[in-house]
Amino acid sequence: MTTQMFGAPIRRKEDPRLVTGGGRYLDDLGHDALAAAFVRSPHAHARIVDIDASEAIEVEGVVGIYVHEDLPGRVGEPLPLLIPHPTLTHGRTGYALAKDEVNHVGEPIVMVVATDRYIAEDACQRIRVTYDTLPVVVGIEAARSGELLVHDDVPDNVAAHMLQEVGDVDAAMAAAPHTLTLDLDIERSACMPMEGKGVYARWDRDRDELRMYSSTQTSTGVRAAVAAKLGLPLAKVECIAPDVGGGFGVKIVHPWPEEVLVPWAAILLGRPVKWAEDRREHFISAAHERGQLQQVTVGFDDEGHLLALDVKLWHDNGAYTPYGIIVPIITSTQLLGPYKPGTYRCEFWSLYTNTVLVTPYRGAGRPQGCFAMERTMDAIADELGLDRAEVRSRNFILPAEMPWDHGLLFQDGRPLKYDSGDFPASLAKLKQLVGWDDFADYRRQAEAEGRKVGLGIGCYVEGTGVGPYEGGHIQIETSGRVNVSTGLTSQGQGHETVFAQIVAQELGVRMEDVFVTTGDTRKMAYAVGTFASRAAVMSGSAIALAARNVRAKALRIAADALEVSPEDLEIVEGTVRVKGAPATSMSLGTVSVLSNPLRYAFDEAAQAATQFAGTFDPDKPPVADDEEPGLEGKDFYSPTQATFANGMHAAIVETDPVTAEIRILRYCVIHDCGTMINPMIVEGQVHGGVAQGVGGALYERMAYDESGQLLNASFMDFLMPYASEVPTIEADHLETPSPLNPLGIKGAGEAGCIPVSAVIASAIEDAEGFPITRMPISPYDLWELRRRHADGEIPSLHRLSRTSSKEPTA
Amino acid sequence: MTDTTSETLHDVTVSVNGVRHSATVPARRLLSDFLRHDLELTGTHVGCEHGVCGACTVLVDGAPMRSCLMFAVTAQDHAITTVEGLCSAPDARVAPTGESMNPVQQAFAECHGLQCGFCTPGFLTTVTAYLDENPSPTSEQAREAISGNLCRCTGYQNIVKSVLRAAEIRAERAGSDVTTEEQA
Repeated sequence: MTTQMFGAPIRRKEDPRLVTGGGRYLDDLGHDALAAAFVRSPHAHARIVDIDASEAIEVEGVVGIYVHEDLPGRVGEPLPLLIPHPTLTHGRTGYALAKDEVNHVGEPIVMVVATDRYIAEDACQRIRVTYDTLPVVVGIEAARSGELLVHDDVPDNVAAHMLQEVGDVDAAMAAAPHTLTLDLDIERSACMPMEGKGVYARWDRDRDELRMYSSTQTSTGVRAAVAAKLGLPLAKVECIAPDVGGGFGVKIVHPWPEEVLVPWAAILLGRPVKWAEDRREHFISAAHERGQLQQVTVGFDDEGHLLALDVKLWHDNGAYTPYGIIVPIITSTQLLGPYKPGTYRCEFWSLYTNTVLVTPYRGAGRPQGCFAMERTMDAIADELGLDRAEVRSRNFILPAEMPWDHGLLFQDGRPLKYDSGDFPASLAKLKQLVGWDDFADYRRQAEAEGRKVGLGIGCYVEGTGVGPYEGGHIQIETSGRVNVSTGLTSQGQGHETVFAQIVAQELGVRMEDVFVTTGDTRKMAYAVGTFASRAAVMSGSAIALAARNVRAKALRIAADALEVSPEDLEIVEGTVRVKGAPATSMSLGTVSVLSNPLRYAFDEAAQAATQFAGTFDPDKPPVADDEEPGLEGKDFYSPTQATFANGMHAAIVETDPVTAEIRILRYCVIHDCGTMINPMIVEGQVHGGVAQGVGGALYERMAYDESGQLLNASFMDFLMPYASEVPTIEADHLETPSPLNPLGIKGAGEAGCIPVSAVIASAIEDAEGFPITRMPISPYDLWELRRRHADGEIPSLHRLSRTSSKEPTA
Repeated sequence: MTDTTSETLHDVTVSVNGVRHSATVPARRLLSDFLRHDLELTGTHVGCEHGVCGACTVLVDGAPMRSCLMFAVTAQDHAITTVEGLCSAPDARVAPTGESMNPVQQAFAECHGLQCGFCTPGFLTTVTAYLDENPSPTSEQAREAISGNLCRCTGYQNIVKSVLRAAEIRAERAGSDVTTEEQA
């Protein structure tokens, strides 16, 4: 039997290339290309009165300067609203170059194309734009008040208002023995991939064909959008995602203005054009996420069972809504986590502000939902004097209750129905890992030393692997080389490796013979993209199905040639052989030769497939009626619904009694993403997710002033965690296979970051003894909370007024 | 394409990965752009262009420097090592294995010390120089050594592991060199 590949911590196929400087990211391509640069709005809200480029046009090396008026037809029309929704009654999108008005700092107004980027930026600096500034809406409170409007024709700044209710919340709330209301606040952060966006386009004027490269999470999406914008036949547009230096969500949005303008200019000028986003551009003209205000009212019984959950969310969607209202929909549905809410109502308002637009960032609304739910669980535990893990456990959906239908519609428009999961087992593992039941002793010890420590917990469920579909194509060459392609893209998830593991396992070939291509519309034209932790589930399943097809074909051909039954054959390390008689065999390369009847021999192997070689049945055609030439197979995977992964995290933090500095002493993760293809890669995903979660919990925020200027638009001022800020992560796994797909897998990409803000808030609250309702939290914030608590403005937790803490219960 | 800039150009001669390059560049040409776009050594990446992220770190006479904070002209007569120069493979795009990678490269590949790989060249150069001076760091020292470089994918845990593993590989290779010499 071939060495087990599926499930093993195989080293990545990508890495030898990437560690030796062999990666090819967007700006590593196109050394002969012209460079584009943009004049972007310095104002958050203004009318454009005049654009004077007369001085800029004199700069030597400038090739073209373009404003909105120059954009023909659909290039000048608003960018598409990618995900319409019936409740998104006032969806608005921007233009590739601003038309008359700008709605956030950073919105592109003028594109300059020049012989190099330095010159293009020189020219940008000489362009004088005259503005009439308009009143600015910054922050959710300002947007919600509706006093000032972002878009004149959007009353109260409300892009969407949505309500979902399951059961009679009002009646259940009225009857509940206990109720609590929490007001919560989460600030903005952003994906911040190390590589910004970028686009490079070449126009082949001999063939009227466009080839473009984009640092994107969806090359098929970009291709279709650009073809539509530029009025090109789809067949004349190719889009390739080269190596991509991180995405985390921001690169799923498409087409970005530059993805339309750069190819347009390349065609117009008949010369290759490239734009690579710089860091400031990424801060002010890509996308942010997270910002929400939340109000949770919960009704529960004496044992802490949820009876009614009534949630209101005010979501800041920034200036435009090209990605629809996916983020607040996810918050409002995934908020429920592993729990049965009794009855549930969630109402949200998605609001415009004069800030950078908001689109999914790893977790995509779930960190906010988890924060709301987990803060609520801690509040219930405190109210009743119960152990926080116990309250959670009492509300769990149990394995025997799976599949569990919440009665809500999820982000894909399909029912929110959990397929599997063992939450009690996850919690038991987590308590064991972090030493939940021993924490009281640890706290006493620490207190005796004058230290403040706290233990926090957070649980989540994550819908992963949403549709509509992905495909896989596999072709085996006569050399035995196995070419695999899938259309979704890669940004560091190790797809070349995990998809090769699936193929190696399913086909019975060696890892080193498998070569995976992702994100290239020339190789696979049908695909959706890499988001929602869907690549392994969707493309992994499609590739597995395709491999099974190829395997069946290989066995058919080999059985014919070896004059045995296909059932008697096996494939081991690339050789088809008779079970129990391995000497009777042929390589898959030879099978590939036989699969393609030839007239012409181009090498020795090919001779075997030519028309005068060997014997054949003269009554049969060389290619059977229901076969195709070539040892190839293709399949698509399209599930009826998402598969639901879950996890539980716990952390121990220490807060400095004097400086209010917050240190994470331990961070523990139990993660269940079903069957793992490569545990090493899953763990890497968890590590990275937790690190981003730590950034969001303690350091990262978008500091807008009241005029809509982003004050911290650089890595000096936006505090992304370095190694010194990220704790060592202790991770353990549970594998509850998904019943929904052929491999039993669930997504893992976003998991790590989802509960981190909830966990850290829980731990700080536990250390300090007063509620934490706003994240991220800096030492200054904590210091200020301590002051307000000392002044009686913030109540203490109930547990402090009890004679002895009931937590933890043994 | 004709040269249409009116900027004053300067002659610069820099040794990059052991090869002398002479070029004529504007004074403001960043060393990072010079390496990437003039010499087409694109292994060095640019993540922020203000010296914070460390992706563009190269070795200047063996010491790690941020190439986005240096001008090409200031590299005159200095010896630069980029990620392409850390290994002995003739062409980095032909995936090298084992001994053709330097110990740090090999360790990152073994320990899953990278995901998207964009920040990685800066870590590799930084760690290579660090281990030259600190051949056997503790885990805490390894973490400290990399805490000037940003990575958005890995959470750093496997990078710390990679630093420690690289130290081991260095020691292993030094040991085997000694053995070879003894045999000879």
